[in-house]
Amino acid sequence: MKHRERNLFIAACTLPALALFATFTLYPFGKAVVMAFYDWSGLSENPVFTGLKNFRTLWQDDIVWQALKNNIFLLLVVPILTMAISLLFAALLTQKRLTGKSIYRTVFFFPNVLSIVVISVLWSFVYHPTFGILNSLLEMIGLQEWTRAWLGDSSTVLWAIAFPMIWQSVGYYMIIYIAAIEGIPADIYEAASIDGASGVTQFRRLTVPLIWSVMRITIVFFLIGVFNGSFAYIKVMTNAGPNHGSEVLMTYMYSQAFNNGNFGYAMAVGVFLLLITISLALLSEKLTERDSVEY
Amino acid sequence: MNMTQFAARSGRFLSVLILLGYGVLVVYPLTWTLISSFKTTEEFYASPFALPQSLNFDNYVQAFERAQIGDYFINSIFVTVLSLAVCNILGFAAAYVITRYRFTFLQVLKRFYIGALFFPVAFSIVPLFMLLNRIHLLDSLVGLSLVYAVSAIPFTIYLLTGFLASIPKDYEESAKIDGCSLFGILFRIIAPMAKPGIITITIFNVMNFWNEYIYALSFITTESKRTLTLGLAYLMEVQRYATDWGALFAGLVVVMVPTLIVYALLQNRITAGLNMGGLKG
Repeated sequence: MKHRERNLFIAACTLPALALFATFTLYPFGKAVVMAFYDWSGLSENPVFTGLKNFRTLWQDDIVWQALKNNIFLLLVVPILTMAISLLFAALLTQKRLTGKSIYRTVFFFPNVLSIVVISVLWSFVYHPTFGILNSLLEMIGLQEWTRAWLGDSSTVLWAIAFPMIWQSVGYYMIIYIAAIEGIPADIYEAASIDGASGVTQFRRLTVPLIWSVMRITIVFFLIGVFNGSFAYIKVMTNAGPNHGSEVLMTYMYSQAFNNGNFGYAMAVGVFLLLITISLALLSEKLTERDSVEY
Repeated sequence: MNMTQFAARSGRFLSVLILLGYGVLVVYPLTWTLISSFKTTEEFYASPFALPQSLNFDNYVQAFERAQIGDYFINSIFVTVLSLAVCNILGFAAAYVITRYRFTFLQVLKRFYIGALFFPVAFSIVPLFMLLNRIHLLDSLVGLSLVYAVSAIPFTIYLLTGFLASIPKDYEESAKIDGCSLFGILFRIIAPMAKPGIITITIFNVMNFWNEYIYALSFITTESKRTLTLGLAYLMEVQRYATDWGALFAGLVVVMVPTLIVYALLQNRITAGLNMGGLKG
C-alpha cells in the first residue's frame, strides 16, 4: 500500500512535465531531423522521402554559403568580444579600492533583462542613416566622411548587429565571472602581491587559470546564445538584408519554411546549422582543454 | 610619490574611465529613447539630441489608441501568467521527486532535462508550428503559453533541484510520522521552505516569457493576439514607412518600464540566482 502510494506520487509529479516535454521538445526535435530527408512543401501535401537530396541542394546553394560565412563571423566575433569585455569588467570590478562597484554592476547588467526586440529597435535608431545617434555623433566631431547607413551597407551590417548582441550579454557574463573571481581565496592574491606581482600579472597568471573552468562552460552558453539570439536581432534590424548581407542560416531556414513553404529544405538547413554549432562547441572544448587548476 | 604608487593611481584612473565610458554606452541609448518619446515629430527631425519643448504625451496616446499597445500589454500579461503557472507547478513537483526519490528512470529523466538546457530552441520551430497546427493551438495565446512553459521547464527543474537538495530532510520525516500525505508534504512543507528558490526561478521565467519574440512571431498571426514584443516589432515596420516615430518610442518605453521596475526591485535576487543556477553544471 505504502509502496503504491509512493509510486503514484512519483508518477503524478514527473509525468505531466515529462509528457509536455516529450510532446513540445523531444518530438519536434526528432521530427526536425527526420524532415530534413523529405521533400515537403506546404502543410497539406504528403512528404516524399528524398534521402540526401535536400543536402545536395544545400551544397550548391550560394545563399547557404553566404549565410554560413555570416554565421561563423557572429559565432566567433560575438563570443570572443563578449568574453574579453566581460572579463575585463569583472577584473576591474573586483579590485579592492574602487568606489561605486555595485552601481556599475547594476547598470551593466541591465541590458540583459531587456527584450531583444527592444534592443534591436533601439539600436536601429542608433544606426539610423539620417537622425541616428551614431551618424549625428560623427558629424558633431567632424567625421562626416565616416557616416553611412550602417545597417544598409553590407560591409558594416554584421558588425552593426554584433555590437548590440555584445552590449546585451556583457553584463550577464560579467556577473558570472565576478562570482568566480570572488570565490578565489584572498590569501592567494596576498601571497602574489608580496612576491611583487603587478595587477596585470596577477590577472594573467592567477585569475584566468583559476576561473578557467567557468570560462570554458560559458563558451557553450555563448554559442547557444548566438544561435538563438542572432535570429531575433537580424529579423528586426535588417530582415537579413541588404541583399542577404546579414543572412544567417537561422533566418534562411525560417524564410525557406514560412515564406517559401520548403519545409523539408528548411530543416536540412537547420540540421546543417545544428551540426556546425555542435562542432564549434566540441572544437572549443578541445582548444580550451588544459589541466585544471585547483585552489 | 614613487613609481608604484603612480602606477597604481593611474591604473585606477584608467579603470574608472573605462567603466564610466561603458556606463554611458549603456545608459545613453535608453535615456535618448525616453526623451524622444516626449517629442513631436517636428522636434525630433529638427534635432535628435535636443530636449523637447514640453512634455508631450501625444505619442503615448497614439501608441495606446492607434497601435493598441494596451491590448498587447494584456496579451503579454495573460501569456506570462499562464506559462508561469504551468511551468512552476510542473517544474517544482518534478524537481522535488528528482531530488528526493530514487526510481527506475531517474537517470534518464535527469539526462533529458540537462541535455535540453543546451538545446537551441529555434531549431525545432518548424515542426512545432506543424504540431500546434494539428492540435488546433496555432494562433492561440494558450498554445503559445504552453510552448513557453515547456521551453522553460528544463531550466526550472535544474535550478530548483539545486535548491531543494539544500533543504534538510528532517521536516519531511517528521511530517510523514505525523501522517501527512505525500502531496501534503510537497505543497504544505516543502513549498514554503523552497520559497527563495521559487521566487528566483519565477523572476527568470517572467523575464523570459515577457521578452520572448521568436515563438510569438511564428505562432501568432491574428493582430489582436499579438504580444508586446510582437506589437513593437510590427510598430517598427509600420513606422518605417509612416515616418512618425513618436508612437514607436512611446511603445518602447511602455515595454521597458515593467522590466525596469522588476529589475530595480529584484536586482540582487536576479544576479544571485544567476550564480545559483546559472553555472554549476
